[in-house]
Amino acid sequence: MDFLTLLQVLDSTVRLATPLLLACLAGLYSERAGVFDIGLEGKMLAAAFLSAGVAYVTGSVWLGLFAGIAASVALSAIHGLASITFRGNQLISGVAINFLAAGLTVLIAQNWFKQGGRTPSLIGGGRWENITLPFAETLSGVPVLGPIYAELISGHSLLVYVAFAMVPLTWWILFRTRFGLRLRAVGEAPEAVDTAGVSVVGLRFAAVGICGILCGIAGSYLATGLQAGFVKDMTAGRGFIALAALIFAKWRPWYALGACLLFGLLQAVALRYQNIDLGGVVIPVQVMDALPYILTVVILAGFVGKAIPPRAGGEPYVKER
Amino acid sequence: MTIMTKFLGATAALALSAGAALADPALIYDLGGKFDKSFNEAAYNGAQRWAEETGGTYKDIEMQSEAQREQALRRFAEAGFSPVITAGFAFADPINNVAADYPDTKFVNIDGWLPEVPENVLLINFQEHQGSYLVGMLAAMESKSNTVGFIGGMDIPLIRHFACGYAQGAKAVNPDITVISNMTGTTPAAWNDPVKGTELAKAQIGQGADVIYAAAGGTGIGVLQTAADEGIKSIGVDSNQNHMHPGSVLTSMLKRVDNAVFEAMSGGADLETGTFMTLGLAEDGVGYAVDENNAELISDDMIAAVEDAKAKIISGDLEVVSYYANDSCPALEF
Repeated sequence: MDFLTLLQVLDSTVRLATPLLLACLAGLYSERAGVFDIGLEGKMLAAAFLSAGVAYVTGSVWLGLFAGIAASVALSAIHGLASITFRGNQLISGVAINFLAAGLTVLIAQNWFKQGGRTPSLIGGGRWENITLPFAETLSGVPVLGPIYAELISGHSLLVYVAFAMVPLTWWILFRTRFGLRLRAVGEAPEAVDTAGVSVVGLRFAAVGICGILCGIAGSYLATGLQAGFVKDMTAGRGFIALAALIFAKWRPWYALGACLLFGLLQAVALRYQNIDLGGVVIPVQVMDALPYILTVVILAGFVGKAIPPRAGGEPYVKER
Repeated sequence: MTIMTKFLGATAALALSAGAALADPALIYDLGGKFDKSFNEAAYNGAQRWAEETGGTYKDIEMQSEAQREQALRRFAEAGFSPVITAGFAFADPINNVAADYPDTKFVNIDGWLPEVPENVLLINFQEHQGSYLVGMLAAMESKSNTVGFIGGMDIPLIRHFACGYAQGAKAVNPDITVISNMTGTTPAAWNDPVKGTELAKAQIGQGADVIYAAAGGTGIGVLQTAADEGIKSIGVDSNQNHMHPGSVLTSMLKRVDNAVFEAMSGGADLETGTFMTLGLAEDGVGYAVDENNAELISDDMIAAVEDAKAKIISGDLEVVSYYANDSCPALEF
């Protein structure tokens, strides 16, 4: 593998990891606050659809982004209402949201655009432009570091940089602010938070809301950044891979970055090399596709460190009387 | 109570007789969805053409999951529809299971294969390798980098069949050409993952491909988009996809699923069943698309070469090896 190929694979890794990373951080906020969310997939899908639809109609990718976030937050609100306010089962609510999004997006798209559950192809201002960072052209002549800067770091859409900036921001919010401390506490011991006079319901809704915003950005990136339009089921299981990454990362922001980049790299390698020949042993492409899940199971089983979920995760909070 | 029972009985009898008298055709699309701009949409177009020309009506339904196939077949058969036309190879086994239960209903399947065809079943196959051979020639003539790409959807023999014909066509023009072949995945989700299509196309462009043939349903939309963005040529599949990115889509490998559906619906009760029907270049079942969107991309020399090969394939002077013949391809390794 020469240097240029390596760069291309890493470039592909960044693109593939971005939606995973956004969704993974979304899940992190929600689950750290004690609300399990397997509806990441559905929220991304709804956001992908509405952002593409609005971006097509208005010709503005920014309006599309906001519409996508709105769609995702609306689904988050349903999840919050069902599992926080009415103390329903969080997993069932999440599954319902996935089904709701899969059906509704195609139905509305068909009614709106009459193209069989797709949006028309976006052109011009309806898509995210790739940003060329300053000096990318001039520096590309510098050996090794130049191409890395010009090819790998520069030339992605704005949302990619947003996603990567979210990692330190999330770390700072969760571990360096009062809000973050309370948010983590509400996932570990909500009764303690309640005793301190802080609203458990309010904190959990805030976490679920942030989750919605991040999923919205992830969906918009899929439909208006990576692609030029919405196609039914276009998330193709990325919400579930993000969940796997979240467990793999043991619910920590920096680990989440590593896990998503690793899973993105596995996908990129699988796409680039269908069958990998390792000195006589051929690894079929299916192994690469399955590796994220296999790794997650290994982590869950406790072979490599132990993944301990937030203690109050999955439990609706009932005030003692 | 008795009045109620009689009333219900009468309604049921009415419904039954109405169903039998109508015998409208029904059409079932595969998981890709009705408007996939490709295979299923071609089936829909054929049905629409039949409805417009004859004034007849038909019912159609899209599959949402694997489990619905047999259920949908039974419901159409019980409602008295005939022929029940199904698009997609995956319907062959469900049809085999239900056909015997509804001897008066005719079932038609496009792309499927069964070792023994039941009496009331017609299986329609296309010689995709012949059409792919022609677009492979066009790709090789267009390529300046001596590298052409193929992106398939789900890794199944049918898609390898496409890839194999394509590679043979490309190598017929230029024996030294490199053909890069990738499959999107091994599950039905591979038909609807344009993001992976984009990444595969970018990876192939990185390896030097400047013409990419996408036989991947909805995933192909991402491939064609990326080809247009990166300024290389792409080749569409099944339906005519030239209009999607004029100037970038070199041509489309046409698979006249619309003709097959049209013929099956026109046949109605007289449709000959219990057999295979194979549509190739000779029957205009497959071909390549030239229209106002790509007329400037394809020179007269290219057309002359392809038409020459087409005539030879029809006359039997040139044989395109089928992947099915011995589950391997002389021009491409998978």
